Amino acid sequence: MRGVFAVISGLLFGLGLLISGMANPAKVLGFLDLAGAWDPSLALVMVGAIAVAFVPMQWVQRRGTTLRGEQAQLPSNRQVDRRLVIGSLLFGAGWGVAGFCPGPALVAASALIPQALVFVAAMLLGMWLFGQFDRRVSL
Amino acid sequence: MSIDWVAFTPLSALLGGALIGAAAALLMLFNGRIAGISGLVGRLLSAQTGNGEALLFVLGLLLAPWLYLALAGEISVQVDAGPVALVVAGLLVGFGSRLGSGCTSGHGVCGLSRLSLRSLVATLSFMGAGFAIVFFLRHLLGV
Repeated sequence: MRGVFAVISGLLFGLGLLISGMANPAKVLGFLDLAGAWDPSLALVMVGAIAVAFVPMQWVQRRGTTLRGEQAQLPSNRQVDRRLVIGSLLFGAGWGVAGFCPGPALVAASALIPQALVFVAAMLLGMWLFGQFDRRVSL
Repeated sequence: MSIDWVAFTPLSALLGGALIGAAAALLMLFNGRIAGISGLVGRLLSAQTGNGEALLFVLGLLLAPWLYLALAGEISVQVDAGPVALVVAGLLVGFGSRLGSGCTSGHGVCGLSRLSLRSLVATLSFMGAGFAIVFFLRHLLGV
């Protein structure tokens, strides 16, 4: 059953990215361009997502278990550290350069958009490089 | 700042956002997992065992545009970045999202819904960096 829920969740997630405009870099950059002609749409994507996810997330977090009675896997790290901030700044910079973040990039790559295929290849390389870096350097 | 009312699509943004939230809620309610795309893809890359679930989530995500095409007929994806920018951006997004333990989905949707301070700091950091880079590229460099 876990597999069925995982596929449905991934499918809904991808449809949400497409319907909301998150999967369109021009739209994302229109949102990130505060000093230009600003398109506030993507702020509403986050509002819509959190409005729906908030109660279920809080409910599972308080119980610690899923609806099926299994242990929920919640992040245990509460430290606001250098890794979190530096990583998020690097990620945000990349997001601002091309307008793609991981989910939308995968969706657009699956639709065989050539630029998304290039981006996803570089993104996977970046994730692999992080694995190599993480083994050698402690930040 | 001037608001681009022509590009503003509040209803589809809210509806799409609600679907994203529903997907995250479903994965947490039934599987007890955070729907963080960078984390799930990172797990696949690390080639640990027991990643069937992450693989199936990503498979569902990859099926979405094909279902959307069948229903809506057209996908609007406009990419203006050139090849070098795409590679640099991809490397930054891949490396940064793993170092920062999450991206727009894991921190921005799931983390904020859990009222996680870490995710709030991460979201403010990546949004701030995104705003700053776009300002720099568009208004200072004029790209």
